Amino acid sequence: MAKLMNARSGGLALLALVMAVSPLGFTNAYYYDVAVGALFNAMICVGLNLLIGYGGQISLGHGAFFALGAYASAIGTSRWGLPPLAALGGGAVLVGLLAFVLARPILRLKGHYLAMATLGIGMIIYIVLKTEAQWTGGPDGMGVDPLALGGFVLATDRHWYWLAAMLLLVVVWLALNLVESPVGRALRAGHGAQIGAEVVGVDTSHYKVLMFVVSAVVASMVGSLFAHKNGFITPDIAGFHRSIELVTMVVLGGMASIYGSVLGAVLLTLLPQVLAGFDDYEAMIFGAIMMGTMIFLPKGLLPSLITQIRKRAGGRS
Amino acid sequence: MRDLMRWGAAAFAALGFASLASGNALAAEPVRIGAFLAVTGPASFLGEPEKKTLEMYVDRLNKQGGVQGRKIELTVYDDGGAPDKAATFAKRLIQSDNVDIIIGGTTTGTSMAAIKIVEPAGVPFISLAGGIDIIEPVKKWVFKTPHTDRMAAEKVFADLHKRGLTKVALISENAGFGKSGHDQSLKVAGNYGIEIVADEVYSPKDPDVTAQLTKIKNTPGVQAIFNFGFGQGPAIVTKNTKQLGITQPLYQSHGVASKDYIRLSGDAADGVRLPAAGLVIADQLAATDPQKPVVSAFKADYETAFKSEVSTFAGHAYDGLQIALSAIMRAGSSDKAKVRDEIEKTSGYVGTGGIVSMSPTDHMGLNLSAFHMVEIVKGDWKMVD
Amino acid sequence: MAELLQYLFAGLTSGAIYALAGLGFAIIYNASHVINFAQGEFIMIGGMTTATLAAAGVPVPLAALAAMAVTMLVGVALEKFAIEPARDSDVVTIIIITIGASIFLRGAAQVVWDKEFHALAPFSGETPIRVLGATLMPQSLWVVGVAMAMIAGLWWFFNRTLFGKAMLATSFNRLAAQLMGIGVKKVLLVSFALSAALGAVGGIVVTPIAFTNYEAGIMLGLKGFSAAVLGGLGNGMGAVVGGLIVGIAEALGAGYVSSAYKDAIAFVIILVVLFFMPNGLFGKKGVDRV
Repeated sequence: MAKLMNARSGGLALLALVMAVSPLGFTNAYYYDVAVGALFNAMICVGLNLLIGYGGQISLGHGAFFALGAYASAIGTSRWGLPPLAALGGGAVLVGLLAFVLARPILRLKGHYLAMATLGIGMIIYIVLKTEAQWTGGPDGMGVDPLALGGFVLATDRHWYWLAAMLLLVVVWLALNLVESPVGRALRAGHGAQIGAEVVGVDTSHYKVLMFVVSAVVASMVGSLFAHKNGFITPDIAGFHRSIELVTMVVLGGMASIYGSVLGAVLLTLLPQVLAGFDDYEAMIFGAIMMGTMIFLPKGLLPSLITQIRKRAGGRS
Repeated sequence: MRDLMRWGAAAFAALGFASLASGNALAAEPVRIGAFLAVTGPASFLGEPEKKTLEMYVDRLNKQGGVQGRKIELTVYDDGGAPDKAATFAKRLIQSDNVDIIIGGTTTGTSMAAIKIVEPAGVPFISLAGGIDIIEPVKKWVFKTPHTDRMAAEKVFADLHKRGLTKVALISENAGFGKSGHDQSLKVAGNYGIEIVADEVYSPKDPDVTAQLTKIKNTPGVQAIFNFGFGQGPAIVTKNTKQLGITQPLYQSHGVASKDYIRLSGDAADGVRLPAAGLVIADQLAATDPQKPVVSAFKADYETAFKSEVSTFAGHAYDGLQIALSAIMRAGSSDKAKVRDEIEKTSGYVGTGGIVSMSPTDHMGLNLSAFHMVEIVKGDWKMVD
Repeated sequence: MAELLQYLFAGLTSGAIYALAGLGFAIIYNASHVINFAQGEFIMIGGMTTATLAAAGVPVPLAALAAMAVTMLVGVALEKFAIEPARDSDVVTIIIITIGASIFLRGAAQVVWDKEFHALAPFSGETPIRVLGATLMPQSLWVVGVAMAMIAGLWWFFNRTLFGKAMLATSFNRLAAQLMGIGVKKVLLVSFALSAALGAVGGIVVTPIAFTNYEAGIMLGLKGFSAAVLGGLGNGMGAVVGGLIVGIAEALGAGYVSSAYKDAIAFVIILVVLFFMPNGLFGKKGVDRV
């Protein structure tokens, strides 16, 4: 079992199977809607985990990259009449460049200082989106047209689900390859001890920049898709809360665990829907679950689970 | 805990009623009303009274036998003021809860996000938010009960015009409500011969806005200040205005038409003018005013049930519910298309916000007469006109 | 001149509030290298308890003491049940725990109290103090004064008392401190109690200016964290200077540049400072162990 979770192909096959079978339990479009939201978050978190889990760098600003992608698509398609894919690509390139320019100076910072810098960048982007109303519609947001790809319009939640499922497989596959590549190994060395890695001749900062850019670009592209799917966006998606939510998903699922990020994203997307009936107690329960998980499973859900399974398996043999 | 007990009592009552009723009307399908409201988050002091109002009246109507012998089933979700959450909850209400009609959207952002869901689905939707974009251009399934921010601006400018004050400094909250109000103010100012000579903003949680007010104070020719915002911001603006010794009259928007604003601002609120619905000054309305009995009854109901001052936001929810239910009664069923048509035909409904007469080109049905200009005198409202 | 002075006063009022919030971050960081994202909620609980008790007729000093006691209890409980069991975990894990705690406390506050704003009467009346054509409210001086008193108190505590020195020692080297017989658990507990109490005091003096409601801690937490990082983590004086810089930058930004971008201006300043001084204005250079 543990082998299966680790093996690249085994894990991917399992993920594909779960995503293929899940819709059997979806009785209406609402389920698809929530599922698409979960898959979108999963993609961002897989990207973000490359930075947090493997690169050892925290970011409290990825919500802003997500929002920049969303607004690039919204403004590109509705104001400039760009084809959706061009707007999505353009947004991704811009966000990639921005992340690249920012990465060198801010990744020199450590721990909480880095958290503050990324938080600050996110807030600045949020304020710009909120203020430049002639472009973004201001705090009340702007509408976005549905995604049309070569004459085919993705109109239903079902379409979106299958698109998101396929994209998640691709993102996970790419992330696994990146992690297993020399780049990934260098990064893990860096996470353990940067100086140690540098002594043996690995330039970790180069790879950290790469992870920062990759994670920002993934967030931006998912943001573009989100804009088309929701049809309406506001600057709130760039806010501090959104960024914190993403980091929470990664840490809860398990740092340096690609599948853990998928699990964390799915669970934290579903949780508010499950708790919706608790009225005023919703926030307390949500906070308690967050604390409890991190106290009892400090390594995150999936890694802790795998350790348990390994222990059991080891005990029997 | 008190909530739990109330729910328990309600459930018990419903159970008892159901067992009695099951004799004749063999379990008629309930009328399903869905709501998504900002019960938490920055707009929670709007969303919370809205939720309480809906629950109280649905509960009461059910005890009286429901609508046309059918129970009312109310489902409320808390969107926290987040538009993407609102869209998901709108979908949930339509797809999973099979609601016949949706009331809600505390803020303009959440309402606009939900419109993307309700329009293609064909479900009647009554928004409780102020933004004029919600109903302009007219959308087939979308209605709203509160006055628009444009009307508030017009009422204020009309009053300024009457007082011969033409040079106005605008200070608004840098968030949905304030921003939309700011834009509408700029749009209609010219119609009343008003010139906006200063234009400042503040963040919703700023502890101090004297910097912005100093700028306004030093702008030559300012004859009045108009603040668009809700929550704690306008109270801070009011206090800071007094601190700086600014003597020009201060106007607020309908967003602060609750006693909380006076309580927070203290003495500094004296002399402040704002447009407000009849509900706020229920006891000062003329005895002949058709709104008087409605708003007095609602105020009494709300204040006995919740031991706190009624706000206009609670009134918006009350009006939404009444308009929805009377449309369902006129339609004789909860068929969505028929109910929609009947809502559009709403005519002469006397609500807490004013007298509502909708039409195919007007999905709000209020006019400027719904607003009264009030002035705060010694910590209480005083009707000016 | 009067204009500039007025902007500075505005910045002083906001800045002193941010500084008070930042101080709480500094204390816990000093003792444990933990950043407590529920610090804003301590301030909120202090403010809400005082405001509601005072509204119910309890004299303000008594209400303030009760608020400090309540907040300290919350701080101790948080440390005991959430931080201590996880104290050997990653920095990020502990950040998530404290964020979870802040959500929990906000949720609890809306159940215990309500969602309305609460006010408290200013301690020394509402007659503005006039200086060279600019005005300042007496309550702003209270906030500044309390922040100064806290710094002095903390300096004394960390440099002149045995326990305070022990706390500092723990922050430098936990294992060595333990070997010297300093109870690390106790130090952590005391640091949470202390910062909770200080947070409560902050909430009490700030409420007459900015009011409070169950979500007031979000903004205070964010600005407090900014202030603490800008000043250099673990440095009480740094947190205060950081808070004042943020507040004054916002006020000058609103006055001379654009009120829409005033918050962004403050963040730009923080970023620029961090680019050149990666450990904040007064922070010690971090030592990385290989």
